[in-house]
Amino acid sequence: MSADAPVVDLRAAEVRIGRRTIWRDVSLRIEAGEFVALLGENGSGKSTLLKVLLGSLRLHAGELTVLGVPPGHGGSSIGYLPQRPVTGPGDGLRGRDIVRLGLDGDRWGLPLTLGPAARARGREARARVEEAIEMVGAGAYADRALGECSGGEQQRLLIAQALVRRPRLLLLDEPLDSLDLPNQAAVAALVARISREAGVAVLLVAHDVNPLLGYLDRVAYLGGGRALTGSVEEVISSERLSSLYGAPVEVLRASDGRLVVIGQPEPPAHHHDRHHHAPDGRSRAHAH
Amino acid sequence: MPIEPQAPSLTWNPLHDIGQVLEYHFMLNALAAGGVVAVLAGLIGWLMVLRRESFAGHTLAMMAFPGAAAAALVGIGAAFGYFGFCVLGALAIGRLPSAGRGSWGSESASIGSVQALALGLGFLLVSLYGGVLGDLESLLFGNLLGVSDAQVIGLAAVAVAVLAVLAWIARPLLFASVDPEVAGARGVPVARLSAAFLLLLGVAVAETSQVTGPLLVFALLVMPAASAQAITKRPLASLLLTVAIGLAVVWLGLGAAYFSVYPPGFFIGVVSFGGYVLARVLGAAAGRSRARSGRRSGPPASIVAGA
Repeated sequence: MSADAPVVDLRAAEVRIGRRTIWRDVSLRIEAGEFVALLGENGSGKSTLLKVLLGSLRLHAGELTVLGVPPGHGGSSIGYLPQRPVTGPGDGLRGRDIVRLGLDGDRWGLPLTLGPAARARGREARARVEEAIEMVGAGAYADRALGECSGGEQQRLLIAQALVRRPRLLLLDEPLDSLDLPNQAAVAALVARISREAGVAVLLVAHDVNPLLGYLDRVAYLGGGRALTGSVEEVISSERLSSLYGAPVEVLRASDGRLVVIGQPEPPAHHHDRHHHAPDGRSRAHAH
Repeated sequence: MPIEPQAPSLTWNPLHDIGQVLEYHFMLNALAAGGVVAVLAGLIGWLMVLRRESFAGHTLAMMAFPGAAAAALVGIGAAFGYFGFCVLGALAIGRLPSAGRGSWGSESASIGSVQALALGLGFLLVSLYGGVLGDLESLLFGNLLGVSDAQVIGLAAVAVAVLAVLAWIARPLLFASVDPEVAGARGVPVARLSAAFLLLLGVAVAETSQVTGPLLVFALLVMPAASAQAITKRPLASLLLTVAIGLAVVWLGLGAAYFSVYPPGFFIGVVSFGGYVLARVLGAAAGRSRARSGRRSGPPASIVAGA
């Protein structure tokens, strides 16, 4: 894991699930401390790309290194926040316990605190949890049950869980989904600050680029089985998106700078899944 | 099953009353077996409630009924039947096609069909046994007052083994229960842990069935954990409270039965239910006082008031 290699280096990659190509010819490079958004319609393969980076899905073609090594070997240097049901078995645990699981939840055996060395380790662990909670500003509600926290508070605690091992790469799957507008703006600002201050490379999956405008170093836009990468202005333009989809697409800029994309083709028929009917896009991830 | 010897009666001296309860060897064995099972069922049940697998637990308890009936039919100890059928049931539920998060509806349906099969099979085995199997009552409600020394030792040995395994896998299991995808990405074997937990649950149910009978397993498996989780959100405190409530339920139930003509199962059920109601009331009161002290800043006041 060399320090100066790009955090993510994906070249001419293709992914298939079964016999279907999800996307191909995708290249993406993310350097340390960069904040990159991964955009595209439902079913365009955004979550799939995260799974590839995590090493749980293999490339059909192309090359990939994550933190300078093949995917799946980044271990604790990658923080991951998947799409997650709004309620679940974690509801009865305190936010602090949820964050702690991110630190040493993968260890076997009990965290015994006998002897000075073990006690020191326990103190160190609690300090790390505290640090992550402070970083996301969740101190006021970290001792409350997760199920009693609002959506925005839950999302901050879960980001703290992803941060608690001080990762070099943060993969966030639609963390703004299901949040109201003020919370979307606040979480976007928070992620940008973490990326800048801690030098963490961030790849954030989003439907809508607008809450992120002004924070992003680059975007990657998946659509029509291909990807565009570059700055927001480069990628989200009528010309580039029309060529990506092979159909006329228009990008309008509102007077406040917000971008509106019109005429994006519907995803192909086999993507016609429940997401189009369920406004709570937080049910399961995309049906592939 | 009335408790026979010279009609013990309550006095106003608690020490004397406890002395009366401890006078008989069968009562000591019942208290010991009940205690072992309360600790085991409480701790396993805590994770079962958290993982929302109560229905799987209930189905495993129903597996205990044909298990005990089959053992009686073949002429071996009931314990073999309990363990055999509960472990088979755990393996079967672990292999159900829809097992996994996000598919609770269809999973309940397939677990429910396993349960129907188990109960039907139990009925068949009982009728095959014919009239000789007069003791259907103890098949369904256990025989806490007839536990032998050897059974106590057997129960304790199995409980220690199960709890040792549970302690070893506890943290990854909790991680896999709460955030399966993150845990999976970190190398935690999520699917294998789920299967392993079902097996531990099956063994715990088999143990509990021997004491309370299949029908009352839930008094010790669900209620103490659900009560503790309603009272406190701190994991360690919640686990200790679960054990304390489980022990209180069994020992109070046994003590009450000793001074009455009614069976311990009745009192265990009643104490268990009463404890749960009390815990919910306490939990709700604690929630309200937290809300008043302003620690809840997020949700609007109407939600707090409605909670």
